[in-house]
Amino acid sequence: MFRNQYDSDVTVWSPQGRLHQVEYAMEAVKLGSATVGLKNSDYAVLVALRRAASELSSSQRKIIPIDDHLGISIAGITADARVLSNYLRTECLNYKYAYGARYPVSRLISNLGNKMQVTTQRYDRRPYGVGLLVAGYDERGPHIFQVDPSANFFNCKAMSIGSRSQSARTYLERNISSKGRDFVCTKDELICHGIQAIRGSLPNDEDSESPLLNISIAIVGKDQPFKILDDVESKKYLDMAKKLPAPPAPSDDVPSTGGDDDEDKPGDAPPDPQVLVGTMER
Amino acid sequence: MYSHNNFIQTELWKGGPVPGQFYNFPGTSQDINAGNITAPGLYGSNRSSSPITTGTSVIGVKFDGGVMIAADNLVSYGSLARYQDVQRVFKINEKTIIGAGGDFADFQSLKRSIDQKMVEDMCYQDDIEMQPKSLYNWLTRILYNRRSRVNPLWLEMVVGGMQDGVPFLGHVDLRGRAYEDDVVATGFGKHFALPLVREQISEGRLLSQSEASQVLRKCMEVLYYRDCRAISKYSVAVSTAQGTIVQGPFEVNQNWQLATLVKGY
Amino acid sequence: MSSIGTGYDLSASQFSPDGRVYQIEYAGKAVEMSGTVIGMRGKDGIVLAVEKIVTSALYEDDAATRIFTVDKNIGIAIAGLLADGRYIVDIARQEAANFRQQFERTIPLKQLTERVSAYVHAYTLYSAVRPFGVSVILASWDEEQGPQLYKIEPSGTSFGYFACASGKAEQQAKTEMEKLKFAEMSVDDLVQNAGKIIYLVHDELRNKDFHFEMSLVSKETKGLHRLNPQPWYDQAVQSGLAAKNEDDSDNEI
Repeated sequence: MFRNQYDSDVTVWSPQGRLHQVEYAMEAVKLGSATVGLKNSDYAVLVALRRAASELSSSQRKIIPIDDHLGISIAGITADARVLSNYLRTECLNYKYAYGARYPVSRLISNLGNKMQVTTQRYDRRPYGVGLLVAGYDERGPHIFQVDPSANFFNCKAMSIGSRSQSARTYLERNISSKGRDFVCTKDELICHGIQAIRGSLPNDEDSESPLLNISIAIVGKDQPFKILDDVESKKYLDMAKKLPAPPAPSDDVPSTGGDDDEDKPGDAPPDPQVLVGTMER
Repeated sequence: MYSHNNFIQTELWKGGPVPGQFYNFPGTSQDINAGNITAPGLYGSNRSSSPITTGTSVIGVKFDGGVMIAADNLVSYGSLARYQDVQRVFKINEKTIIGAGGDFADFQSLKRSIDQKMVEDMCYQDDIEMQPKSLYNWLTRILYNRRSRVNPLWLEMVVGGMQDGVPFLGHVDLRGRAYEDDVVATGFGKHFALPLVREQISEGRLLSQSEASQVLRKCMEVLYYRDCRAISKYSVAVSTAQGTIVQGPFEVNQNWQLATLVKGY
Repeated sequence: MSSIGTGYDLSASQFSPDGRVYQIEYAGKAVEMSGTVIGMRGKDGIVLAVEKIVTSALYEDDAATRIFTVDKNIGIAIAGLLADGRYIVDIARQEAANFRQQFERTIPLKQLTERVSAYVHAYTLYSAVRPFGVSVILASWDEEQGPQLYKIEPSGTSFGYFACASGKAEQQAKTEMEKLKFAEMSVDDLVQNAGKIIYLVHDELRNKDFHFEMSLVSKETKGLHRLNPQPWYDQAVQSGLAAKNEDDSDNEI
C-alpha cells in the first residue's frame, strides 16, 4: 500500500533521516501550473500561468494580493494557499494597525515559516500542499521569496515553481545580470523577462507563439502598490514580450542548480521521490 | 512576534499531553483569559484612578536636522521630591527617542516591552530598526486600548526621532490622544513651555540645534521656578541623522535674589 | 541497527527490544546530511561558522541562513532541518524574552540551553510528534561569564564545549579542532581557524558551491552577537581560501 513503511505520517523519520510525508507535499507544488517571480532594483514582478479546471469554469486564481506592499502567487493546492494568504493578510493588517507601517517582508515570511513548520511535526496535521512566490517591497527594497511546504523559505533573486518550471529557472539563471544580484533592466523589460521565462513552462500542446492570454501578471515596487495587471495591460506586455526571441529550450548540459524536479519522468513507481526536503543535500 | 504566538501548542510543553488532546483540532483550545486586566478580582475590580510615583513635564522640539526632548531628573511621590536622579528621557534606538511624564511605574513597564522589541529587531538581523512613527503609533494603540477598558496607563509621553531621514515629533497620552507638532510638551510644560518655544518659531522657521537646546534650557528654568514638581537638574535626548544620544544632566540657571521681594518667602 | 524495519522504529514513544529509540537516531541522520556547522570558544570570544551549501544560483546570498541571533549577545547555529531549526530559534527567543521580562537581564547561556534542550527533549517522548531534526549550537559572551558554548542534540541532551561541530563533516572538523589550544586563542585566531576548518572540510565533489557564514560574540563586537561582521569575515574567508589552496597543492604532489 505504501511505498515504504516510513512514509505514512509526518511524525515518522525514515532511517535515512528523511520525512517522506513532507517530501510528498513538495510534490504537490509541481502539480500546480508554473509561476515566476523576479525583481530588479525597484520592482518585484510575479507572472503566473492560469489554467481552467474545465471548459466551463473560469481559470483558477494564481496571484493573491495580501497588502499594498505584498502579494503572492501560488502553485499547488489552492485551498491551502487561501489559509496561508488569510494568515498573511491578518498579520499585515495587525502590523499596520499596531505600527502604522508595512510589515517587512522577510520578517513576515519567517513568521509564516514558523507557522508552517508546526504542520510538519504533528500527527494531527499535514504540511500545506502549496508553494508560494512572495513579491514584496519594503524599506529594504523589492523582494522575491520562495516558500515551500517543508516550511523552508528562500530569499531569491528570481525563482520559478510549479509544473515544468525548470525551463523557467534556466531562463532566469541565464538572463540574470552577471553581477548576479537581480535583473538590471527597466520595469517593462522585467515584466517581459517574466513572460519569456514562463513561456518555456507552457504545456506541450500549447504553442508558445499563441496569444498567451491565460497569464496573470502582478507588480509591486517603488511608488507602486501591489497590482494585478488588467487584461489590457497584460496584452500590452504580452505583445511586447512576443517581439522578443523565444526562450532558449532547456538543454541537458545546463546544470540544473535549482533542480530538484524532473517532473517529466515516467510514472512507473520510482522507489523514492528524488527530493530531499529541508536539508541542503540534493 | 511573541505576543501572537497562538500557533505554538504550549500544552505539550507545560504539562505533557492529556487524554484526548491529540484528537483535538489545533487552535480550538480556548485561550486562558490572558490579559483581561479589567475582570473583577477577589476584592472587586481595581483600576488606575490616579498616578502614584510621577514625573512632571517633558518638552520636545524639532530643529533643522533633528529632534530634542528634555525632562528633569525627578520622580515624585505625591508632593515629595522622592527620586532626584532618574532619567526620564531615553534612547530607544539609533532613530528613536522618548520622554515620559506621569506614572513612572507604568512607563517602566511599557519601556520593558519597547526594549524587548529592540532585541527582536536585532534578532531579525535585517538592519531594520523601529522608526519613531511606528513607536508613536504603537503607544497610541496601547494607551487607547487601556483607556477604553477604563484602566489607563497614566502616562503622557513625547516620542521623537528621524523618520526616513525627516525629524518626527509626537505626543501621546493616557486618553489615547495623539498628535504631531514642531513642538510638544506634557503636563505643566504645556502651559509654561509651549508659549516660550512658539515665540521662537513664530514665522514657521525651524530652530538650529543650538537654538533648540537654548530654548529648552530656558523652558526647564521657567518650569523649575513655577512647577513645584520640578527640580533644577535635567537631561536631553537628541536625535539627528547621525544617531541618538542622551545628554546631561544639566543644571538650570537659578537666581533667587528676587525672592526676598516675594511676599511669603 | 538490526532493528531497522522490524516495526520498532516507527514512533518516538517506542523502545526497540535492544533499548533504543530509533526515531531519535533517525532524526540524527537528518543532521548528518546537513552542511557542516562549528562553534569555537576562545580566550575572550566565541565564533560560529557554517558551510552553507548553495542549492540554487537564484538564491540571494543571505537565503536560508543558518546562524541566528537570540538575544543581544547570544547566537545559535543550526545543523539539520532548517525549518525545525528556525522553530527552535523562535522557542529560544521566547525563553530569552521570558527570562528578560522576569529578571531584567540577559539569560545566562547555561539556563537557555537547559530550557531549550528540555523543549527538544519533550518532542522525543510522544508518538504524536517527531523529534526535531536539528543539532543546535549556542554561543554567548559577556563580561561576567566570558565565552560560553553549548550544543543540543536531537535527543535533547546538551553539553558545554570548547569547540564542537555538527553536520556532514563533524568528524573531520573535530579532528581539525583537536589540534588547537582553545583556552589561549584570541578572537582573530578563532576567526581564522573557523574559516580554515570550514573551507577544508567542504567536499567539492559532493557539493560544488557553498557560502561561508560566520558570527562572532566578544568584547570586540561590544558584546553583541553579529552575523558576518567585518573585518573578521574577510579574515576568515582569506585564511580559509589559503588553507584550501595549500591543501589542493599538497594533493597534487
